[in-house]
Amino acid sequence: MELTLWTYEGPPHVGAMRIAASMEGVHYVLHAPQGDTYADLLFTMIERRGRRPPVTYTTFQARDLGGDTAELVKRSIQQAVDRFQPEALLVGESCTAELIQDQPGSLAAGMGLGVPVVSLELPAYSKKENWGAAETLYQLCRGLLKEQVPLPGRPKPDPTRWRAEGRRPRVNLLGPSLLGFRCRDDVKELRGLLGDHGIEVNVVAPLGAAPADLLRLPAADVNLCLYPEVAGPLCSWLERSFGTPVLRAVPIGIGATTEFLRDLHALLDLEAPASLEADQRSRLPWYSRSVDSTYLTGKRVFIFADATHAIAAARIASRELGFKVVGLGTYSRELAREVRAAAQELGLEALISDDYLAVEKAMGEAAPELVLGTQMERHSAKRLGLPCAVISAPLHVQDVPARYAPQMGWEGANVIFDTWVHPLMMGLEEHLIGMFKEDFEFVEGHRSHLAEGAPARSAPTPEPALATATLAPLDGGAKAAPVWSTDGEAALGKIPFFVRGKVRKNTETFARDQGLAAITEEVLYDAKAHYSR
Amino acid sequence: MAATPTLPPLIKESGQREVFCGLTSIVWLHRRMPDAFFLVVGSRTCAHLIQSAAGVMIFAEPRFGTAILGERDLAGLADANDELDRVVGDLLGRRPEIRTLFLVGSCPSEVIKLDLAKAAERLSQRMVGRVRVVNYSGSGIETTFTQGEDAALTALVPMLPASDAPQLLLVGTLADGVEERFLTLFERLGIGPVRSLPPRQSTELPPVGPGTRLLLAQPFLSDTVRALERRGARRIASPYPLGVEGSLAWMAAAAAAFDIDPIQLALVMDPLVERGRRALEPLRRQLEGKRLFLLPDSQLEIPLARFLHRECGMELVEVGTPYLDRQLMTEELALLPPGTQLSEGQDVERQLERVRASRPDLVVCGLGLANPLEAEGIATKWSIELVFSPIHGCDQAADLAELFARPLHRRELLQWN
Repeated sequence: MELTLWTYEGPPHVGAMRIAASMEGVHYVLHAPQGDTYADLLFTMIERRGRRPPVTYTTFQARDLGGDTAELVKRSIQQAVDRFQPEALLVGESCTAELIQDQPGSLAAGMGLGVPVVSLELPAYSKKENWGAAETLYQLCRGLLKEQVPLPGRPKPDPTRWRAEGRRPRVNLLGPSLLGFRCRDDVKELRGLLGDHGIEVNVVAPLGAAPADLLRLPAADVNLCLYPEVAGPLCSWLERSFGTPVLRAVPIGIGATTEFLRDLHALLDLEAPASLEADQRSRLPWYSRSVDSTYLTGKRVFIFADATHAIAAARIASRELGFKVVGLGTYSRELAREVRAAAQELGLEALISDDYLAVEKAMGEAAPELVLGTQMERHSAKRLGLPCAVISAPLHVQDVPARYAPQMGWEGANVIFDTWVHPLMMGLEEHLIGMFKEDFEFVEGHRSHLAEGAPARSAPTPEPALATATLAPLDGGAKAAPVWSTDGEAALGKIPFFVRGKVRKNTETFARDQGLAAITEEVLYDAKAHYSR
Repeated sequence: MAATPTLPPLIKESGQREVFCGLTSIVWLHRRMPDAFFLVVGSRTCAHLIQSAAGVMIFAEPRFGTAILGERDLAGLADANDELDRVVGDLLGRRPEIRTLFLVGSCPSEVIKLDLAKAAERLSQRMVGRVRVVNYSGSGIETTFTQGEDAALTALVPMLPASDAPQLLLVGTLADGVEERFLTLFERLGIGPVRSLPPRQSTELPPVGPGTRLLLAQPFLSDTVRALERRGARRIASPYPLGVEGSLAWMAAAAAAFDIDPIQLALVMDPLVERGRRALEPLRRQLEGKRLFLLPDSQLEIPLARFLHRECGMELVEVGTPYLDRQLMTEELALLPPGTQLSEGQDVERQLERVRASRPDLVVCGLGLANPLEAEGIATKWSIELVFSPIHGCDQAADLAELFARPLHRRELLQWN
């Protein structure tokens, strides 16, 4: 039993709904009590879908439990098939139905429906939404493709066979789904990117795919595992069963996109793309090199997201924007290993948790200047008075923008630059405010007009204590807090407000370490010198 | 039923029900009682439902949560009880301000027959004098949406102190501002003392006994009323305080029960009625003649239909209700126009076919159906707003009508050429 207030992921059957709702011609019969229909609103409200997800719920009640719930399941299945005439039927159960053990999948299999039936077993008491989505996509593809699986021992198809076949190379885009982060726009961006390199898109799945499209999956030369949370198991199975190589690089950010293109070209035996492409096609590299961005240097950033977006964000933040990553974590336990590795590269220990309060606590302790997270971190950041940009599911209606706003590819990098930098004060502006703060026109607390989400000056922001690990007092900080003298306070007041809190905290730490009872102006400058060593 | 001879036979349907379960009512109940915590004992689905129904995660650390059952809890129930004790201990350690803990049963806890009543008793004894632990079920296999409040209040009834003293007891959650307004009006009428269930502090439970007269603020409290009646209280039959007419009738019924001079009633209510009707007038012009289809959801559908027809001039195509308690609806049903088609229960696909066939001007429905209907060109009003907004009383009648006029007004505003 685990106490949960807010959750990052829904139950696994919601993951199955994401697959069904992302596709065309698939219907999902879900053995579930009334109330579980709430999940429809995730699609109709958050994604603003103009149609209901293709899900029929049995909505059994307590009075049905004494009778024959299996009959109810069969009736629901028959009615759904008659009404919606799907090309493929998913059959499964939610947490409560799992306990009654009506075996809806077996019931459906025995009904002679004349339509492919995929029975989903998604353990509701141990697994979660993304796992459910991945399992559903895998089971659905496996079910539809089982006739096509070549006998063991047959040679693997050569990913460069396109040349001999006199056609262009083609790839599958796997993983984009509803309620994923910006999947709709990522697909569009990648279609363009691949098209520019003469690579065709064979199938995009699950988003927009019909069961008939899934039958064409083995025709691809390479599978692109764009969202490993959803597509990981399917890609591995396609590789095992059909020998299709998988490209696991996720093209979010300049470096990752460059690497993605390079690796894909190598797999397909295409000539490597021009190294100037990133600079020509995306503004991020130049924007990040331009002088205004000097002020982004070392900005402390805390990252918590699904694994895909957390890893990508850490790389962009540290290498492409010159931020300092002070926290990195994910709720995707299935991909914890990858996130741990990414954190280790940055000298951090990854936070693997689905307890948003633990994440909020880590966020506060890391004292970031920018938070990149999910909707949950947006709320936590607001509470801590920190600017935040949402980079991953779970998402809210505002994360499904009307405009084109991909994360992947060159345009994705542009979008990321804008989205992450805007919550911060503009570089030169920050500098000028510091310069003119002695002028009488200066209004204390003035912020960038772009920094609406940013904290007011007086927000109780936990301020960063630089290199706390080495500077922490040996006795664990039990000494009494030093007192600020009048001249010390006055000197502190002359320091620009947006670093004042940091200076105050550093100076106090310094004074405590030195065993000083009072902080004078001199102590402040001593501390400044100490920390700038 | 003899009481409603002018209504055609009820459409009774059983099929897919597109409604929330009773857990949803936690979203407003926990706001009503700031010293209470609602702990659902259920699955990840329960946690996700409440989070999604609440719309956004607006509360940093909410006063509701879910003890999510894991495979180990399902394997051995004795362990589940130990685990529950541990979770409750941790929770109350974190939140020392909590005075009442509601242990809320869910579909999975009901199916595995986890005895939460016994657990509540055990925990209550352990924390006697500090925290009262109350159990009820908000499970979808037993409750629909607002019925969760009925179950929660029913669970409180045995804990109410006994008193023979005459009093008026308002039953059902009202917005705080609306409640204060009603209290002022009852004072002006000379009715008192007036108490509320649920109270604003979970520790200040109102007494109940033979001197208690019940006035229902919400129509979905069948079990609560029966439990209070068993404690000697008597219900004042009345329409519900939605719209000017309903609110006046509601106040008048209370006045009659307390032998208040009709002149005094007129003195207090006439200016409100006059003002309320004036405020409604422009909205009536927008709504008049428009055809309304209510899908079953909040259980407020029948009083709303009555208000929207009689005071706003809307035509009623179909009035759906999750379940029909004729006893609590007698006065409302009598006010519906002859020929009103009621439906009870739901088969959502068939009902949507009727919606499409009848092309209403406005459909009242849940969040899952609203955008799909809009995409088909049918204007909608989400019903969940009705349980979160202050809509009761003469003073709110125009606001209530405005909720229905807004989607229609918006359609007139938007132009694309």
